Amino acid sequence: MTAIPPPGAKKLGLVIDLDTCVGCHACAVNCKEWNTSGHSAPLPDFDAYQAKPQGVWFNRVHSYEAGEGCDSRTVYFPRSCLHCEEPACVTVCPTGASYKRAEDGIVLVNPDTCIGCKLCSWACPYGAREFDEDAGVMKKCTLCIDRIYNTNIPEEDRVPACVSTCPAQARHFGDLGDPDSAVSRLVAERGGYDLMPELGYKPVNKYLPPRERPRYSGLAEAPVESVANPLLRWIDRALSR
Amino acid sequence: MHPALSVILFTTASGAGYGMLFWLGLLAPLGLLPVAAGFGVTASALGLALVTIGLMSSTLHLGHPERAWRAMSQWRTSWLSREGVTSLITYVPAVVFPLLWLITGAPGPIGFASAVMAVATVVCTGMIYASLKPIRQWSNPYVLPIYLLAALFSGGACLAGVATFWSASPLLAYASVVAAVVTLAAKLAYWRSIDGGAGARTPADATGLGKLGTVRSLDPPNTQENYLLREMGYRIARKHAARLRVVAVMLGFIAPIVLLPFVPPVAAIAALLGLLVERWLFFAEATHTITLYYGRAA
Repeated sequence: MTAIPPPGAKKLGLVIDLDTCVGCHACAVNCKEWNTSGHSAPLPDFDAYQAKPQGVWFNRVHSYEAGEGCDSRTVYFPRSCLHCEEPACVTVCPTGASYKRAEDGIVLVNPDTCIGCKLCSWACPYGAREFDEDAGVMKKCTLCIDRIYNTNIPEEDRVPACVSTCPAQARHFGDLGDPDSAVSRLVAERGGYDLMPELGYKPVNKYLPPRERPRYSGLAEAPVESVANPLLRWIDRALSR
Repeated sequence: MHPALSVILFTTASGAGYGMLFWLGLLAPLGLLPVAAGFGVTASALGLALVTIGLMSSTLHLGHPERAWRAMSQWRTSWLSREGVTSLITYVPAVVFPLLWLITGAPGPIGFASAVMAVATVVCTGMIYASLKPIRQWSNPYVLPIYLLAALFSGGACLAGVATFWSASPLLAYASVVAAVVTLAAKLAYWRSIDGGAGARTPADATGLGKLGTVRSLDPPNTQENYLLREMGYRIARKHAARLRVVAVMLGFIAPIVLLPFVPPVAAIAALLGLLVERWLFFAEATHTITLYYGRAA
């Protein structure tokens, strides 16, 4: 059913730290690696060995320059499914293939009933859904549902592939429905925010803003020490002209 | 948004078809159209043909056309599903109406049911687009009225074109002229609205990084195209859009308004061709919030 289930207590999701992300793309690569043989496998590539390769990815890392001049900063910005509480990608689905799980809030696609109309990808403001042209069905992040509940792998590995691989520990996985969970506390401490909250999708995933840093513009030039040697003073004056 | 030919054909053809079924079902039982059964059957057949061609072409863009029947199931939440359901239900009165007309020799009140279902289907089509919040040019208050008005106008022109051959009164042609003028006014207001940047966002809004200052895309995640950019990142040059708007207005509205009182069949063809351009622009000029993450405006 594409009707959204009544809100459950458990809201599994990610917290992404834009302050510590170094933009290495390891999360995107490990996501592709795991998921191409996982729940929504495969993640096909088209013209993979040609001049213009394209492919299906569940996670893509953007990079931005924010601010002006010496105060500008480079911010790396991983973008994946936010497992929204009000996912229009689910309600627009005409077949019921797109659904939100009542038990943990994960948004999934049933590849056996998807007709490939692509309307869900239009309805997602965040570009989380990518079409598999080979299979003719829509694909998206599963929050590594085949890892997080997988009792065949060691307990410490039962987190999404993107989280397990992040060398900067910029990605955190947990229950955002529980106010005492580590991820919820992190969001509260660091002022975690929703992407485009005005659209009303209520994303579960949160982004932690880059930390404040000193501003450099407007600071006075460092004072030049007075030069004692007359010759050097003359050279300094001549060069300063 | 990528202007897929199948969807543009679908909305234009089915809009005109449902417009025809609306006017025929409403005016014929009231005695305002020719009573000849030949007219009823011809007009219904043409209307249903336009609708069916549209529906068939819309299934062409599916990844799994053989599963299209599943789209009837989620009418509680999905406008696309509702459109599927209403379009199928419309066939019942729209087919029975001309058959009874043929048997009894006069158009019966079941035409009203056909008219109501035709309007309901076009409302669903319009709402598919009008309910998509990530696309500001679609989640715009003019979108649904324009879908309805364009269907009334193009369907009226097509029906007036058929009625010419049964020497009908010019009533429907004039009603279509009025619909054309109102549709054009709504379309011009729509273009003014989207050009004015109503609901426009920047990469700073999309990333939430506005506090740091202007946000510029430094490196995209992918060096080549991807599905997101192909499907939702379609770009049309501003000068082409301006010229195509003129073509759409002249061919789709001005020509039919001038021609409807004299040669309705020619007016109908001009209206359909002009509306194809208008519908192509409706897609090509629409921007999706995903392109904000790639550093563009939307």
